[in-house]
Parts: sequence; structure tokens; C-alpha cells
Amino acid sequence: MKKVIMGNHAVSYGVRLARAEVIAAYPITPQTQIVEELSEMCSDGRLKAKFVKVESEHSAMACCIGAASAGARAFTATSSQGLALMHELLHWASAARLPIVMTNVNRALGPGWNIWTEQTDSLAQRDTGWVQLYCEDNQEVLDSTLMAFRVAEAVRLPVMIVYDAFFLSHTYEPVDIPSQEDADALLPPRKLEKGTFMDIEDPRTFSNMTPPDYFMEMRFKLERAMRRAKDEFGRAAGEWKKLTGRDYAAIETYRCGDAETVLVAASTAVSTARVVVDSLRGKGRKVGLLKMRMFRPFPYREVVDVLRRTRKVAVLDRNISFGSGGIFATEIKAALSNVPGHPPVYGYIAGLGGRDITPGTIEEIFDRTDRNGVPDDPITWIGLKP
Amino acid sequence: MIEIRFHGVGGQGAVIASKILAVAAFMEGKYPQSFPAFGLERRGAPVMAFSRIDDKKILLRTGIYEPDIVVVLDPALVNSVDVTQGLKKDGKLLISSPLPPSGYARLGPFRTATVDAQTIAADCGLGTSTSPIVNTAILGALARFAECVKIESVIKAIRDEVPCQPDQNVRAAERAYREVRTA
Repeated sequence: MKKVIMGNHAVSYGVRLARAEVIAAYPITPQTQIVEELSEMCSDGRLKAKFVKVESEHSAMACCIGAASAGARAFTATSSQGLALMHELLHWASAARLPIVMTNVNRALGPGWNIWTEQTDSLAQRDTGWVQLYCEDNQEVLDSTLMAFRVAEAVRLPVMIVYDAFFLSHTYEPVDIPSQEDADALLPPRKLEKGTFMDIEDPRTFSNMTPPDYFMEMRFKLERAMRRAKDEFGRAAGEWKKLTGRDYAAIETYRCGDAETVLVAASTAVSTARVVVDSLRGKGRKVGLLKMRMFRPFPYREVVDVLRRTRKVAVLDRNISFGSGGIFATEIKAALSNVPGHPPVYGYIAGLGGRDITPGTIEEIFDRTDRNGVPDDPITWIGLKP
Repeated sequence: MIEIRFHGVGGQGAVIASKILAVAAFMEGKYPQSFPAFGLERRGAPVMAFSRIDDKKILLRTGIYEPDIVVVLDPALVNSVDVTQGLKKDGKLLISSPLPPSGYARLGPFRTATVDAQTIAADCGLGTSTSPIVNTAILGALARFAECVKIESVIKAIRDEVPCQPDQNVRAAERAYREVRTA
């Protein structure tokens, strides 16, 4: 059934269809409506979950860790400073191998105090052992929420669904709400293997002191699970396509076949960039687009297969690692670095703190990349005021 | 693709108007996209909301800077906000006002219409007489003036989306549809 809903409610519908059992969250703009709607669903019985009100995001994640440790399907959502406050426990969730799902609505970190979109909050958590998926439209937000639980439980790692503040969170557009039957087919109840959860019939200790003799193997296994997450996502996406006809993969290419310049982007900038690529193609320019849906695990092979064939690569980052550059650009450079004769990578930063990324912004990026030699500076700023 | 900007005062329902419009357009098989001005909304402060309507999926995810249609939910806003900023030369301007469209000729050579949505909403018992909720009335007028959606779709969308006083809201939309004045 199709409904006109905002991105935040697309998450709420997804979490309901996923039959989440414990939801713990603390409100923060622009995430608030996700948990408002979920709390209503819990109170009127549409979702049979325990909704736990907490005093901070740190507690929200702690609560999800407890619930997931006991075998429950746990969910939370946050943004920006809220995510930053969770940082310590994000490591805990992944290292304890807990399949928690969290939505992070991208919002800039203050000061200057800013409620608008920017990817630095989620990308700053890239080393915490969470799978990260970035969404382009509200349909993808809902579908990704369901697939996130599936992947999380298959590899026993937490998954973060990420999307832009306001450009999706508060934007209404048609979304096909899957049937409960389809959702259940993709996502059966969480399987609880003996010894992997806290069971009063089978008492064990968890997360205890781990000396150097054992610790490294635990990290090796975590990394191996992270790599499996890509295959599990592919499997889940394949099944979801059979059920709904909608197609998702770790990356997506748009008109890259004979492209000489390929733009790499994530989130809503991808959607606007599709319009720009069509318009430039209409003028005979050989441009293409690579959408990064999955950021962790980083889909090295898929990215290299597309980009090695092109002449120039432009990367649009709505984020910054100070003293280094755009975070997607840094990763793309690393992915290409061992490919002989690889194309140069141009790093662009635009749209920080919610500044609009218009078709003009993206056209300027294509123009500069086509016209100029490789810049010495890893960052070219777009749309800076003089 | 049609792009629409709503100007209102926090509490009049401009954001909900853009949502109801999206639902109405969707009922006609069109693809809508509606969003509020990205920022902090406060009761009594000027607010904006936006809608795009197209026959195919809308991929643009940016602000609207050159709308085809501007809808003003409060006559006082005309004096405090540049409501016609970026409005296309042949654009349409709908103002909630007791004045005839000729009263707004100074705003530019736009195709202008007016409707007294404040009085209509107050008569229908929507909000209070001093702060009527005018969003459903203005949508009725918009359906007649701009023809971007049919009045039947607006009424259906109001019944689906408005949680209280559905009959009064429908009556307001129907009356505004009849009473809108064009130049």
C-alpha cells in the first residue's frame, strides 16, 4: 500500500514491520518524529514492543545493549550530538556482537549550533564496528530498516541506517509500505543460538576480561563478520527484490558505462545528481554517477571495478575530517591506490551544516573536474562565501 | 513539474497544507514531494512550506527558489515578507485577504487571486476568530485558481489527513473554492 509519508515515519513503519521488541530513545531534532510515532505505535498496540524512556542517548544505547544481550530485537534512533554521546557504547555493541539497529538522521555537530544535515556525525563513527547504510529516498529508508535487522542478526553486528536531515527526515513523498507478510518473509524472528545471549536457564558470563592471548582473535572475527555483512546484505536485497521488485546493492551506478568522469556521492545528493547527469548527458558530456549505499563494510571490489575504467573521479563529501579531507574521498583514494594507472580523485566538500546542494553545485563539481588538472589540495570547497 | 511555496504564520497550518496537497496530488496518480522550510518553527512567526508535483518520480532534493505558485495564508505577511521572491514572471499568486486581487497589483504582474480564508475558516469554527486555521480553506481556493489538483481530491485528502473537525474543514475548502476571486 502506498502512502505519502515523511522519511522519519518511514523508519517507524519499518521498525513496526520488523517487529522490534525493545525501543529505547531520547529525542533530538531531526530524529524526533521517528520515536514519537513508535511510542504511539507501542501505546495503541500496533507494535508489541517495550518502549523505554531514557535520560540520554548513552542510556538509550545501554538499554539496547541490555535488551539485545537478552535476545530481544532492539532499536534506537538519534542524530548528531546524541550519536556522539553514544560513542563509547557503539564500540561495546559491536564488540559484544549485538544485532542492534539504529537510525541516525545526519545533523551537523555544534557549535555553531546547527540542526541541519551533514554526514560528519555518522562518518566519525566509522571505526566503531557498525555497518553503515546511506539512503537516497524515503522508500530506501523503509526498506533499509528491514534489511538492517536481517543483516545485523545474520552476522551479529549492529547496523546504522543513515539519511539526511530535512531533505528526507521531514519530506513527504509516496512510499510503498510493504505487507507484514513480505516483511516477515525477509525477516523471520531472531534466531537465538545457545551461548550467544543471556539466558537464565544457561547462565554464563559475558564481556569479561580478555587478555592479549585471546583479544586479537576476537577482533579478527569481528572483522570477518563485517566482511560477511556485505554478502548478507546482497542476499537480503536479492530476496527483497523478489518480494517487492525493488533493487538494492552495496553500490549503484548510473550511466557509468562509457563515462569519462564519474561522481561519487551518498544520500540525497545522489538523487539530485541523477538529474544533473541526465542534463549533462543531453549536452554530450560523458558523465556518470556512483552511489555509495554501503560505507561499512567498505565495498572495495565493487568501487574499484567501476572507477578503474573511468578517466577522472570526483567525490562529493558533505562531511569533513579536519586536517585530512572529505571522508568518502579519502576512502575512495585508498581503494584505488593499488590499482595500476588508476584515475585521479578530486575531492569536493559542499553542503556542510545543511547548505543546499543544488543542481548548480553538482554541475560546478563536474565542470571543475573536467576542466582542471588534479588539485594539490585534497579539498576543493564548493559554494564558500567570499 | 509544478513548484509551490506556502507562506504562513506558525499555527495556521502551512506545513500541513503542503502535506494535504501532496496527498491530494498522489490520489490523482501524480508524484508529490512536500517539505517544510528547514528550520525552527514557532507559533506566530513567519513559516514556509513547499510542494513539488510531477507526473514522474521527483529526484530533485533541493530547496525551491523559483516557484510557479505562491500561496500566502495571512494578509499581514505581504507587508513583512518578500512573498513574491523568485516567483516566475507568469507565476500565480494566491493571497488570503478580504481585498480584491487588484489590491495587490503593486506586488508585480503576477496572475493574482484572493480569498478571505480567515473569515471562511472562522465561520466554519476552525481555530478561533482571532487565529483561525486557514490551511484547508486556502487549499480549496488553490484547487480552483491554480488547477494543480481537483477540489474532489482536496476534499478526500482532508478527510484522510485531518484528524479533527473533518466536516468543518471540508466546508471551508468548498466555500473557498466558490469564493476565490481572480483578476
